[in-house]
Amino acid sequence: MSAPAGIARPERAGTGARKIGRLEPAALAGVMSRDVSIFGRYWKATTFSSVVQPTIYLLAFGLGFKSFMPHLLQVSYVQYVATGVVATAILFSSAFPGMFNTFVRWQFQRTYDAMLAAPVDVEELITAEVLWISIRAGVYGLAPLLVGFAFGLEPEFGMLLVPLIGFVTGFGFAAFGVTIAAVAKTIDNFNYITSAVLTPMFLVAGTFFPVSNLPPGIRVVAEVNPLYHCVQLVRDASLGHLHAGDLGHVGVLVAFALIMWRLAISQLGRRLID
Amino acid sequence: MSGVSEPAAEPPRPGGEAISLRGVVKRFGEITAVDGLDLDVPSGVCFGLLGPNGAGKSTTMRMLTAQTLADAGRISVLGYELPGESKQSRLEMGVVPQLDNLDVELTCRQILAVFARLYRVPRAEREAAIERALRIANLLPRADTIVRELSGGMRRRLLVARGLIHEPRLLLLDEPTVGLDPQIRQELWTLIDNLRSGGVTVLMSTHYIEEAERLADTVAVMSAGRIIAEGTPAELVAAHAGEQVLEVYGPPDRLAEVAALAAANGWTSRRSGPAVAIMRAETLNGAAPDGVRRPANLEDAFVALTGEEIE
Repeated sequence: MSAPAGIARPERAGTGARKIGRLEPAALAGVMSRDVSIFGRYWKATTFSSVVQPTIYLLAFGLGFKSFMPHLLQVSYVQYVATGVVATAILFSSAFPGMFNTFVRWQFQRTYDAMLAAPVDVEELITAEVLWISIRAGVYGLAPLLVGFAFGLEPEFGMLLVPLIGFVTGFGFAAFGVTIAAVAKTIDNFNYITSAVLTPMFLVAGTFFPVSNLPPGIRVVAEVNPLYHCVQLVRDASLGHLHAGDLGHVGVLVAFALIMWRLAISQLGRRLID
Repeated sequence: MSGVSEPAAEPPRPGGEAISLRGVVKRFGEITAVDGLDLDVPSGVCFGLLGPNGAGKSTTMRMLTAQTLADAGRISVLGYELPGESKQSRLEMGVVPQLDNLDVELTCRQILAVFARLYRVPRAEREAAIERALRIANLLPRADTIVRELSGGMRRRLLVARGLIHEPRLLLLDEPTVGLDPQIRQELWTLIDNLRSGGVTVLMSTHYIEEAERLADTVAVMSAGRIIAEGTPAELVAAHAGEQVLEVYGPPDRLAEVAALAAANGWTSRRSGPAVAIMRAETLNGAAPDGVRRPANLEDAFVALTGEEIE
């Protein structure tokens, strides 16, 4: 036994001596089981919007822009927009829950206070919440492709990678949302982020029009935008154009996810434990 | 490795303390919420932490789960040193918060299932643990009701059930009946008393004197971030209010006169509604003004100790 002398360690029959470490799977599963139960209540609404939204984008942008855009692109506009909307779906289904769910559960429902009184630490709590959001974002990222099929998009084996790309991207944006929730004074402050950060981010990412047509200054903005790298990966995977250069995009997304993950834990942790 | 499995339900140290705090300090900016707190809660008792609002009770409770970190001092819970070993101690204790933090969208059963996982109740035992907790809290008929549709009293009982899902040997109750109707309060008192009888150590913070008097084996009076007196309710009454209290009724002028008389003679007195109450009436002899004598109670002791009127 490595217990310091003088401190008797109580051991419970049944559970036995339990080595408690960091990021325990049991704690992550416990936190996520709550998310699954809650999801059981609203999956219909989530599924509805994740299908209707890309349909509207495809109709509006497809019909509206098709007439004067095709000469700029090497691919059809359906291919272009359907894959672009995948990235948009991933962004919104991760950054928004990251911000709003975190803020509501922490400040209004005090769910996080309840969980932290149980044997769950801040790192496990936030990791589990971000994991759940990113798994969901990965799955729902497929919806625009399914809608795209109805508009003539060709199925491609590389599309099977989309949930994985969505997961990694969603992880970063969910953790980004948690970080914003941790530093926001009120829920209204999210308006600043939505209008000044997320909206430009999803437009300047090659979602609906190529960044190569943008002025050089704005092109640099696109390069540092994680969503741009997500769009490129999704498009290359879905249209069968994967190449070695895509590893660079993977690297950016993984780095973004890791940095945001640690930032979310440190920022929200500071506010949860006083 | 011991190789031999030890019997369960043994106190952390034979005859020892379930909770021990030494010189604990917690500041929030300019405010010192807990100011050099020493506290020992023995295993197997119901311990009442009694104090007015703002005495530092809730801060103390949060420090026991390491959700608030002390600026100075030592805290150990069930033999584990905090905050380093807090996760282990949290595994073995239950917490009932003052503020309702239930998931309003889930059913009682779903909430208990989540916490059964969080408290590492083995899969095969979860169903039985949930039934048991529901039964203790008298919520079996409401098992599949969504929390939003429960009454205030049911929600509070569900909070208790949630804290008991893993059969902890220590339960923290932060103001368990604040804001509840008298009848629901009685229900919860019965529940808490049953737990204590079943061998669970209970630490309860409260600002209701009656609650402490009815339930607690030992009461520690907390004021301005530290313990100012400790003992059984009877000991506290005897030590700080004596056997009898003399209540003198009259118009405001008369009451002011009596208060001045008490001060001049060095008697401990307090305003008690439409009367002035003089402590230790049994020692007053012939010098006492006319009034009604009654047995001293914990409220008298509390006011004598803290100088504060509370419920």
